[in-house]
Amino acid sequence: MSNLIQLTNGKAHISDDAWVLVKLPASQVEARKQAGKVVLFKLTGEKTVTDEQVATTAIPANGKLIVPLSVFIARKAELLSRINKNEVGVWLDTHEVLLSLIENQADLNALPIIVVHVERFADGRIFSIGTLLRTRYGFKNELRAIGDVLRDQLFFLKRSGFTSFAIRADRNAVEAMASLSDFSAPYQGAVDEAQPAFRRYNRIA
Amino acid sequence: MYKYDEIDQRIVDERVAQYRDQTRRYLAGELSEDEFRPLRLQNGLYIQRHAPMLRIAVPYGLLSSKQLRKLGDIASQYDKAYGHFSTRQNMQLNWPLLEDVPDILAELATVQMHAIQTSGNCIRNITTDQFAGVAPDEVVDPRAMAEVIRQWSTFHPEFALLPRKFKIAVSGTQHDRAVVQVHDIGMEFYLDANNQVAIKVWVGGGLGRTPILGSVIREHLEWQHALTYCEAIVRVYNLHGRRDNAYKARIKILVKALGIDEFKRQVEDEWSHLKDAPNTITEAELARVSKHFESMPYETLPQHDASFDAAIASNPAFSTWAKRSLHAHKTSGYRAVTLSLKPHGQAPGDATTEQMHIVADLADQYSFGELRVSHEQNLILADVKLSDLFAVWQKARAHGLASPNIGLLSDIICCPGGDFCSLANAKSIPIAMAIQMQFDNLDYLHDIGEIDLNISGCMNACGHHHVGHIGILGIDKDGSEWYQVSIGGNQGNDASIGSVIGPSFSADEMPHVVQKLIDVYIQERNTEERFIDTVRRLGVAPFKAHVYADKSIAKNEVAA
Repeated sequence: MSNLIQLTNGKAHISDDAWVLVKLPASQVEARKQAGKVVLFKLTGEKTVTDEQVATTAIPANGKLIVPLSVFIARKAELLSRINKNEVGVWLDTHEVLLSLIENQADLNALPIIVVHVERFADGRIFSIGTLLRTRYGFKNELRAIGDVLRDQLFFLKRSGFTSFAIRADRNAVEAMASLSDFSAPYQGAVDEAQPAFRRYNRIA
Repeated sequence: MYKYDEIDQRIVDERVAQYRDQTRRYLAGELSEDEFRPLRLQNGLYIQRHAPMLRIAVPYGLLSSKQLRKLGDIASQYDKAYGHFSTRQNMQLNWPLLEDVPDILAELATVQMHAIQTSGNCIRNITTDQFAGVAPDEVVDPRAMAEVIRQWSTFHPEFALLPRKFKIAVSGTQHDRAVVQVHDIGMEFYLDANNQVAIKVWVGGGLGRTPILGSVIREHLEWQHALTYCEAIVRVYNLHGRRDNAYKARIKILVKALGIDEFKRQVEDEWSHLKDAPNTITEAELARVSKHFESMPYETLPQHDASFDAAIASNPAFSTWAKRSLHAHKTSGYRAVTLSLKPHGQAPGDATTEQMHIVADLADQYSFGELRVSHEQNLILADVKLSDLFAVWQKARAHGLASPNIGLLSDIICCPGGDFCSLANAKSIPIAMAIQMQFDNLDYLHDIGEIDLNISGCMNACGHHHVGHIGILGIDKDGSEWYQVSIGGNQGNDASIGSVIGPSFSADEMPHVVQKLIDVYIQERNTEERFIDTVRRLGVAPFKAHVYADKSIAKNEVAA
């Protein structure tokens, strides 16, 4: 059974996945993934994926694809006709520089789906990435969390703008859905509800 | 103080249900240790040496008598009938059972309390001046803003899993008592040239392994933007703070790596998008929250009270206590009173269930039913009439709450240390007790005068040793416990980080080492000079020379 939770008009349900995730081939070089180095990525443009990995990534000839950000940028010409048919989405890791997606894809909403891969559930960068995609860059289509996606982060992911959640394979997605509504009246404005409690309710002292 | 409405109550009630289910799943094996850890930590639950330790939030140190009574009851029902007040103005239980924690949280929720975000890699309890609202040098009462920030930071989805813990302090006084410069964000409220409330924002301060004072990131921020500006700061940190090494993960490391100018540029760039977003605080919201912090219904009283003056004149013990334990109040005829949790020979900051009940009674009878926890780990009755002080003293003294040592050498700030905490490298409480016994003569303590002695059992610095006039840090060397001594640290507007005097000492040596430091001070001091002033005037050298001159002190080769 599918472990993909999807929100449709705010309602959660389990759904089958129509997308194929294209992975990078393994690299001989150890990629830098840690946040301290991300400061370097941003200031120096150091790459997290090798040119060889990008070049040798196998792109299936048919079907709806989610390709790695580095491949999307480097091989966009190859993908163009499929992008125009709404058959291409992009995935990125939490340590990748979101701005490089924006710079290479002026109209984000030409992408039917953006996926953020979180390697460890405790990596909260995913929440800022989701928030930026929704509020800063105006992305309106499906935003999906994949990787070490566990029940107790779902509420925060939803509030950060994610609309689908690929629960880790060894966990029960049906039970996990309950945690999407752990809290019914959050204090602060966020992506899913921009107004803070003090603007939503008439709170009387 | 702030009272919950239906929204606030719903959030803590839903938290109890959520945590109950998380505990159930952990006990059923559905959550691994690694997966449960951040969940329990964000609810203040550590797994410690003897048992779990539960840290209960006391937002900005403010408690009602009803809440304190409940804390006492919980300590008696679920623990060994005492609690420990911490330097974060929170209360910790040292012996609860993991299985009982959901029930404890449910009890707390009945008195509008919780343990949300008291630990873990998230925004922690907001702290402030223990005399907020009553201090004569107060320019802006920071409590309403502290509450607004508390609500904003509670389960903030974007900042639920930061690289490391994140501490915010606010103050609104001329003399900073909230140590804003050693916090991840420090907010100093003031009135600007147009008489509007504005904020000076500090960022990147902190103690711990790499002690550093914060840098000013913005001299002037209108109060309405406090939340969105914090969002900009924490977002830059969340995205770019290090996650590979817990010791380099605090925001101070990022600020240092980028430099304050580049960090500020990134923050201001984020803020240009966030400014005026819905999280901008409205006049109506600040007014609503401020209503909870309006002045107490004070009586109109003269500056002096004959019965108080007579008691001071006739009772030396009362007079000595009053000299150390009373603090000026903005309202004529009132004083704030520190009730000491530092009797000599006991763990600093501990209070028994009985003491908690007594203090709650005192608050009800003499101080409008409210009290505060100070970051010096004492309890405060903020609004006591001069004419009631003698009665307060008598009752406090009868229950071990009137040690007249506030601000003196034996008023030691001390973390739980190796007796309780699994992070600690060394014990801290026995060191504090040994020093208290060494300096057990009250006249001598008063002669030494104001001095902050702070002890931490490891470099996480819960005992704030870097900003103690004398700071003691427990370290581990080949499995045995040693103590490194620094002098010259200070909190307040002219905050400074202490300098290590040299190789570390064994536990037995510590009372003598402190004695020697004091001897140098007594010999060298000018009139009216405090210990810290003498250290600043003379430098570390004469202190170091005297301490290490004594051959009977065995030297340990651990490097500074």
